[in-house]
Amino acid sequence: MVAAVSKLMRNQDLILVAQKCRVISRFRNTLGLPGRMAVRLQPNHPTDDPAGIAASIVDGLMYGSGDAVIGINPASDSLSAIGSLLRLIDDLRQRYAVPTQSCVLTHVTNTLRAIDQGAPVDLVFQSVAGTQQANASFGIDLAVLREAHAAAQSLRRGTVGDNVMYFETGQGSALSAGAHHGVDQQTLEARAYAVAREFRPLLVNTVVGFIGPEYLYDGKQILRAGLEDHFCGKLLGMPMGCDICYTNHAEADQDDMDNLLTLLGVAGVHFIMGVPGADDIMLNYQSTSFHDALYVRQVLGKRRAPEFEDWLMGMGIADAQGRIAPPRAGQPLLDFAMQR
Amino acid sequence: MSPVDTKPSSQTEPGPPPEPRANTAAPDPWEHLRSFTRARIALGRSGASQPTRALLDFGLAHAQARDAVHTPLDAAALHAALVTAGFGPPLLAHSAAADLGRQLDPASRAALAALQAQACDVLFVIADGLSARAAQTHAVPLLQHTLPRLPPDWRIGPVLIASQARVALGDEIGALLRARQVVMLIGERPGLSSPDSLGLYLTHAPRADLTDADRNCISNVRPEGLPYAQAAHKLAYLLIGARRLGRTGVDLKDDSEAALEQAPQPPLWPTGLG
Repeated sequence: MVAAVSKLMRNQDLILVAQKCRVISRFRNTLGLPGRMAVRLQPNHPTDDPAGIAASIVDGLMYGSGDAVIGINPASDSLSAIGSLLRLIDDLRQRYAVPTQSCVLTHVTNTLRAIDQGAPVDLVFQSVAGTQQANASFGIDLAVLREAHAAAQSLRRGTVGDNVMYFETGQGSALSAGAHHGVDQQTLEARAYAVAREFRPLLVNTVVGFIGPEYLYDGKQILRAGLEDHFCGKLLGMPMGCDICYTNHAEADQDDMDNLLTLLGVAGVHFIMGVPGADDIMLNYQSTSFHDALYVRQVLGKRRAPEFEDWLMGMGIADAQGRIAPPRAGQPLLDFAMQR
Repeated sequence: MSPVDTKPSSQTEPGPPPEPRANTAAPDPWEHLRSFTRARIALGRSGASQPTRALLDFGLAHAQARDAVHTPLDAAALHAALVTAGFGPPLLAHSAAADLGRQLDPASRAALAALQAQACDVLFVIADGLSARAAQTHAVPLLQHTLPRLPPDWRIGPVLIASQARVALGDEIGALLRARQVVMLIGERPGLSSPDSLGLYLTHAPRADLTDADRNCISNVRPEGLPYAQAAHKLAYLLIGARRLGRTGVDLKDDSEAALEQAPQPPLWPTGLG
């Protein structure tokens, strides 16, 4: 129903309705309050090098990003590498008392193993899709998601809430897996939100332009899909964010990202990505940068999660208006990167 | 540091006051961190915006990545490189473009079927994917690093060069050539900072109805990313592990780094594995 309605709506309708939806989620901070927008700090590195990742995290925090989550896509699926990355973010978070959450975006079965081994897991990540067969192609079913949800909740690491799941979706995933049963991309995308909804997630992210031009051909199609996904997710009560992005074989560029970023800002997007210079050097695609997030905050007056906003002021990184302050001499965050 | 109890101003101004004017963009005082990563960090800013230099660098890199997508595979040069490196003459295969690179065209299918190939333990397919340059540059050295790490009694099938190919094309090729495992060495989607990144996709018992959950992937193979020796170590670890487990996919976990710590020298395979 939600997907069908989205197809009857113009872009302005998708924005108008989504803007009215209120979805609030909590773990170590409060996301989705009116007039707010969060950013996932995405400090990926092609070989998971701790010093490289720490440098990108510091860069993002100094630009006021990271309230949604500090979330690393690991290059390696190895459990030892995943554990090291989790400890890296957790060290930083504890040392500087950063009111945010961490995530290493690996397969749910790897996260379960990490929890078993005592790694500091805040959020469980998993890509989900809108058919059982497509989820099977991701190597998951509802039972394993339930198991992971229960395992993460049992750790009781959240301070202001217990939303522990981070899901990613995107139109075309079922088609790509040959698991679409002839159903259109957007209906299946809305069904993916129904999967997510079972687990009261902190974050749901449509990685809208990542799938490539076979599914969303150019900037215009990516823009439309991003607005549809955000609308459908919000209407289904999801804390809907968007990785506003494209790949280098799609007919799109950074101007298209500016357009979608601005429209989703107006629509009240829960969170966006913050990637250094918008260039993900591990996943090899372009998203939105820390600077892009500052642009939306400036033109639309969007503020950060309140706990994170307070922390940035306390660290002397941002001023009372949320603008990035001139760098403070002896900024302790810079020590962290040098010690890796 | 602990959080400070200062609350932000609760009154929202209609618009923030203008940034102080500056003639040049302000640099970030953490430029020294750039030595740790190729990520575009410490770009500086003018107000909240990227400086012009960063903008122009990005535009140039995007143009180069677009060029990499559109550069075709030079199969003749790759053929010559394989022969020079001591591999037998490679077989050629083309995809049926109508299926976006996942199925062979009828002529290639007939030609491979007509070979009536002898069963092999592992088959390597070099494919252009989305960066022919990656396949062209890195596939042969990666193979040279990998073969010595495999059990000596394994039968290695003939190397294939596949054009206009996607990962799943290896399934059909592997089935036709009766491979117990197939490895696609395929050009990954070019990034702004890495137009020549090679991906390795490993599939046990290849056949037509498999999905990505049935594979394992090693990404970003290139000297500036995952160097050949490390990639070959991981690949051999997974191939041997898949043989033991009887499948690839999400059940096969990459614990090769731990294995490297425990037993840094090959051979990694248990004696008597056949």
